[in-house]
Amino acid sequence: MNIVVAMKQVPDLQQVRIRNREPVFTDVPLVLGNIDKNALEAAVAIKESGDANVIALSAGNEDVEDTIKEALAAGADEAFLVLDDKLNGAESGVVAQVLAAAVKKIDDVGLILFGEGSGDNYSGQVGSRVAELLGLPQVAYASALELKGDKALVTRSLEDCTEIVEVTLPAVVTVLSDINEARIPSVTQILKAGKKPKEVLELDEVGVKIPPAASVVTVSNLAPETERKRIVVKSVAELIQSLTTEGVIGR
Amino acid sequence: MATFMIYSSKEKQALELITAAKSVGAAAVKAVCINDEAQANALAAAGAEVLLINNDAISLADVAAVASALGQVAAQLGADTILLSSDRRGKEAAGRLAAILDAGCLTDISAIKANGDKIECQRNALGGATVATQYIASDKKIIAIRPKTFDAPGAGSGSVNAMTVDVKASAVKLIETKTRGGDSVDIEAAEALVVVGQGLNSKDDLPAVEALAKKLGGEVACSKPVATDKKWLSEERIVGLSGKKCKPELAIILGISGQVQFTVGIRDAKVIVAVNSDENATINGMADYILTADMHDVIKEMNSSL
Ligand SMILES: Cc1cc2nc3c(=O)[nH]c(=O)nc-3n(C[C@H](O)[C@H](O)[C@H](O)COP(=O)(O)OP(=O)(O)OC[C@H]3O[C@@H](n4cnc5c(N)ncnc54)[C@H](O)[C@@H]3O)c2cc1C
Ligand SMILES: Nc1ncnc2c1ncn2[C@@H]1O[C@H](COP(=O)(O)O)[C@@H](O)[C@H]1O
Repeated sequence: MNIVVAMKQVPDLQQVRIRNREPVFTDVPLVLGNIDKNALEAAVAIKESGDANVIALSAGNEDVEDTIKEALAAGADEAFLVLDDKLNGAESGVVAQVLAAAVKKIDDVGLILFGEGSGDNYSGQVGSRVAELLGLPQVAYASALELKGDKALVTRSLEDCTEIVEVTLPAVVTVLSDINEARIPSVTQILKAGKKPKEVLELDEVGVKIPPAASVVTVSNLAPETERKRIVVKSVAELIQSLTTEGVIGR
Repeated sequence: MATFMIYSSKEKQALELITAAKSVGAAAVKAVCINDEAQANALAAAGAEVLLINNDAISLADVAAVASALGQVAAQLGADTILLSSDRRGKEAAGRLAAILDAGCLTDISAIKANGDKIECQRNALGGATVATQYIASDKKIIAIRPKTFDAPGAGSGSVNAMTVDVKASAVKLIETKTRGGDSVDIEAAEALVVVGQGLNSKDDLPAVEALAKKLGGEVACSKPVATDKKWLSEERIVGLSGKKCKPELAIILGISGQVQFTVGIRDAKVIVAVNSDENATINGMADYILTADMHDVIKEMNSSL
């Protein structure tokens, strides 16, 4: 059985700087989304306890070919990439179509795993959209996942309760970061990763066209204005003094 | 004029969505309720035209069925603007319904405003580092709005009508539901927050943290790993992108590095104090008062001074 893990290349948010309230991306390295790494780990855990082949699936620009090495080092057996500059920052609807078309090209898919939200957009749409496009059942917000024959037992973690559900495979599951701790690959694993098989397709080859008009338009994307005093205090006594003057304690 | 339809599995959030729809000019609000007559009556009493689906084949645990039902109702009503609640169930349904209706979709919306015939929406982007203002340009629009963004509407006189839909046999079976163990704290309502992160040595240090919160008339909150990895506090207490957005008068932040996914949840506080053993911690950049010290000492000293 193949387990497909959808992983998105994103700028390392830790290194995005804000200048004049605008995000600056120059020289910011590209990485795989954090929660997507938990999705991969969940797939690798299934592989290690049974029998499965793990395929990392990503849609993006040509830099993905390099970025995806991290997934191959962390236990993915192969990569399936759809690369085109137009996929850089493409909207959820288009990305979902590309991923769904790619999954259709892979045989014997039992599970398709997603992160609960991508590192940069964190919108939680793509997994659900792909499930619908493929006509598959889904369980989102998984905090535990176990295979049982042709079914998966998934714990869906909601705000006020958790549900244990049984879903018939093939199915889409989106995972929470608390499902596991993603492994950090060793240097040898990273070196070996370059030799693992990669299938690289272009947008035409999966038959998806980018629509001429965007369905979501961004008017602005600015850091909020925050004015903070940034006063260094030397002691707890000094801190309490300041907070009393501010009127926020001792009311 | 847009035709609005709202849906949430939760009554309180569905009521908020009625207010949301009205805030952007909806004259009439159609609301869908699935197997929940009590919710249907409550929404009707708040002025909504409710379509009530009673169908045992639809389980909330099977979002494919829920989205299919919503898609069928939207088609029958000619609804083009669909408001959902951006809780986990709402977000899970949003993407699925967006694919059914070929709609543009925005989730985690924290503000909406009508601008001509557009509905401008705000959401956090880049992990919370920025706030994006966006609108949906496609014919069909799905907007998932964060709980508590709007108040419940006043009384109105709506209606409840039955609606039938067909759903496929489900491939998802609910085995068990476990309610979360009773931490009903509302950190968003607290005037003061003592927020602890991974700098905290052990669970045994929590009573001192609680004592400090009590002295300040506030609550204890935490960064995400303290709840999800260490499980020392409940997930109700997480501040940040995947937790709560809080605006207390005072936030004392102890042992937290200050990554954007955290700071987005506290940057609207009036006064921010950062206590960190690292004088270069990122959190210091967004604090009003910075104290470089061991948080355990600071907690102890504050408890004895206050
Ligand atoms: C999509 C996504 C969503 C996320 N959502 C959230 C969210 O909602 N909320 C959230 O918090 N995180 C969230 N995160 C995680 C976030 O990126 C950080 O990993 C997390 O906030 C780090 O928590 P921390 O600051 O407690 O721990 P760390 O980053 O480990 O920092 C610990 C800090 O404690 C200091 N320290 C250590 N010992 C002491 C001591 N004795 N006294 C004083 N200081 C000490 C250290 O100097 C350090 O600065 C999210 C991540 C992703 C990818
Ligand atoms: N371009 C992409 N390539 C591969 N997977 C993606 C891509 N975009 C989103 N995903 C997957 O969809 C999940 C949800 O993304 P989002 O809807 O953007 O929050 C991510 O965690 C990934 O697993």
